[in-house]
Amino acid sequence: MKVLVTVKRVIDPYVKVRVKSDGTGVETANVKMAMNPFCEIAVEQAVRMKEAGIVTEIVAVSVGVPQCQETLRTAMAMGADRGILVETTAEVQPLGVAKLVKAIIDKEQPKLVIMGKQAIDDDSNQCGQMVSALLGWPQSAFTSAIAVNGDSADVTREIDGGLEKLTIKLPAVVTTDLRLNEPRYVTLPNIMKAKKKPLEVIKPEALGVDVAPRLKTLKVEEPPKRSAGVKVADVAELVAKLKNEARVI
Amino acid sequence: MSTYTAPLKDMQFAIAEFAGLEGVAALPGCGEVSAELVEAVLTEAGRFAQGVLDPLNRSGDKQGAQWRDGAVTAPDGFADAYRQFTAAGWNGLAASTDYGGQGLPHCIALPLQEMWNSANMAFCLCPMLTTGVQEALTHHGSRVLLDTYMPKLVSGEWTGTMNLTEPQAGSDLSAVRTRAVPEGGHYRIQGTKIFITWGEHDMAENIVHLVLARLPDAPEGVKGISMFVVPKFLVNTDGGRGARNDIRCVSIEHKLGIHGSPTCVLAYGDQGGATGYLVGEPNRGLEYMFTMMNHARLGVGMEGVAIAERACQHALEYAKTRVQGRAIGQKSGDRVTIIHHPDVRRMLMTMRAQIEAMRALGYLAAGELDRAKRHPDAQVRARHQSRLDLLTPVVKGWCTELAVEIASLGVQIHGGMGFVEETGAAQYLRDARITTIYEGTTGIQANDLIGRKVGAEQGATAFALIAEMRALDAPLAAAGAPLAPARASFLQAVDGLEAATRWLVDHYRAEPEAAAAVAVPYLKLFGTVAGGWLMARAALIARERRDIPGADRAFLDAKLATACFYLEHLLPQADGLSRTVTGGAASTLALDPSAF
Repeated sequence: MKVLVTVKRVIDPYVKVRVKSDGTGVETANVKMAMNPFCEIAVEQAVRMKEAGIVTEIVAVSVGVPQCQETLRTAMAMGADRGILVETTAEVQPLGVAKLVKAIIDKEQPKLVIMGKQAIDDDSNQCGQMVSALLGWPQSAFTSAIAVNGDSADVTREIDGGLEKLTIKLPAVVTTDLRLNEPRYVTLPNIMKAKKKPLEVIKPEALGVDVAPRLKTLKVEEPPKRSAGVKVADVAELVAKLKNEARVI
Repeated sequence: MSTYTAPLKDMQFAIAEFAGLEGVAALPGCGEVSAELVEAVLTEAGRFAQGVLDPLNRSGDKQGAQWRDGAVTAPDGFADAYRQFTAAGWNGLAASTDYGGQGLPHCIALPLQEMWNSANMAFCLCPMLTTGVQEALTHHGSRVLLDTYMPKLVSGEWTGTMNLTEPQAGSDLSAVRTRAVPEGGHYRIQGTKIFITWGEHDMAENIVHLVLARLPDAPEGVKGISMFVVPKFLVNTDGGRGARNDIRCVSIEHKLGIHGSPTCVLAYGDQGGATGYLVGEPNRGLEYMFTMMNHARLGVGMEGVAIAERACQHALEYAKTRVQGRAIGQKSGDRVTIIHHPDVRRMLMTMRAQIEAMRALGYLAAGELDRAKRHPDAQVRARHQSRLDLLTPVVKGWCTELAVEIASLGVQIHGGMGFVEETGAAQYLRDARITTIYEGTTGIQANDLIGRKVGAEQGATAFALIAEMRALDAPLAAAGAPLAPARASFLQAVDGLEAATRWLVDHYRAEPEAAAAVAVPYLKLFGTVAGGWLMARAALIARERRDIPGADRAFLDAKLATACFYLEHLLPQADGLSRTVTGGAASTLALDPSAF
């Protein structure tokens, strides 16, 4: 079966993020970028399923600036067979991305879509759910295990109360949680091979999707610096302070 | 404890500007090389270095390699890391595609070597030696030897070693006594080799030793040494692993540093003779060993850069978190992290500026190596080869001497805590200490530089390089006032190098003892000035590019500041070194050995 995975280009998790001085967003110029870690888990899952003989083809999809091609190359170096970039330099918000991904899915007809549960830059945690709703497909968000059985899949979801086990009908959308797998290190021969794998670039207009932002960012600012704490003599004083000063209990 | 982060931006800058990536990409067989490929490879290698090798550095140092009844066990986790390293294909990066390598140029391979060494120097000595064996076999081995050993050395299933040293034959290899007696199509090897890095271990299924030994009819001295392949396990005709060869690891050394790497004493032929195979022609072993050694020397120079980088990152993190004292001139208010103290900043700048200069010179040498190997025009190849030959002892000697100083500064920044093993700063100093010794001590490098490299050709290549350095004066002058102090310091340094080179050329033959007495100061002078030349180039590039839209201004401004620090603070040392070279020989030798 064919699997579609989505990958997002985000600021490298090891880079210290800085807010732009004008408060319009965070600084991304000349900052080291990388694949969103949850998307890495999605690609890894697809590759493992291909290695297990369940999946025959993996298509990686990204939405964004031309440099997202590098992120797609990384996905292909991990094991995706080909890449599709919906190229736009405009700000794309979760609904726009979801519509674009849906348009690609309509063309590609995968049996399973694996997406990261959220991206570490905006932490929206919306795309997977929106894609599923737009398609009318079952979804399994925050997934920590998947086993495909013919036309359905047994999934384990990480929910507040523990683990939820479900069986979903395919085709379906699955979003990954941290414990689904541990992504592999890319090998050198696969980096070289990835350069030769097909990568298609299309524009949002060609898919007939309007990606105009619906949300407006008012201001981005650093969280307030933590001020120094105070030492309390005993539990009674702590409780008193929590009650009377902090007023949290 | 800090975590290693590969300095990707400076690496990419040095690859592009000093190794000359565009030029390398135009060489035959480099069609796939591009800035994008470099970025992809460096990024993934950096992740591997950080995620797999770095976490084993401290534990490997504490536990060390263990010897028991002739068997050596690598520290916990090393064998698994080695399996991952080879499975990811890193071992075959620069190896020929004929044997399963990727055939990538040295200007990518050397930066990767820097990363592996920064993350875990003890570990990566093993793949480095394996690469050295491939190099020697590629140049001098027969088709049969190549087909038998290369595929598994390239994949890393088998590892390699260099066996030169014997108890009585260290820097002076003419004293090698290990014997090789012909027997049918092979030889029986008998003797003892010491200081064999990764000479025995449990990370791979076979070990391929390259051994220097004498044939029964061999002439005395260095012209009577031959090179042999002696595998730990013999190889069956089907290529599989056969019987155990007559080689025994008698013990491993207890060392100051690189504890994770076993340094073995190997006994060959205790049970009648180990089976060995001649490489190339008889009596040319030392010459063959040097093909691989020159390459290995560049690699050890890179170890110097690597360990200095790691020590610097470690010290920087401490300087940014350790709160101590108030800022100078403040009598009240908050206490500050020690990075606010000017002397700590001086130490950090010294480390950073020297590391960037060393990296620049090391990568430049890698670019020369690529051109010397791959350029279609023989004359161009020869020109780059002679420049590589000149720079190799400088990269090895200068980068490793500075690495020890930089690792020592790293300890200094930690204050008393640096002297305590717990902080981890001391390990870099201990690990760095071997780099000025193995693959030829700094003294040996300096003798090579003044003799085979400068003296033998009347300084032709050196003077050509000095002329090229001088050509930078015009653009420095055009850059105007901000670079004026740097320019003055640069001109004086180049004058000093030229004067010292002239003195050496004039005295090398007539007074060889005097020349040898100032060889190391000359090597340091050469490194210091070459580093200054590249930092001056970097300063000009940074000034030119910082105003281009989209430029990485933070990086370029830091580069400019660092370069100015090098030129104004470190390069003036060249003047003193030059005076030492031209006037310091007599006093070095004034005191007779009996008077000591």
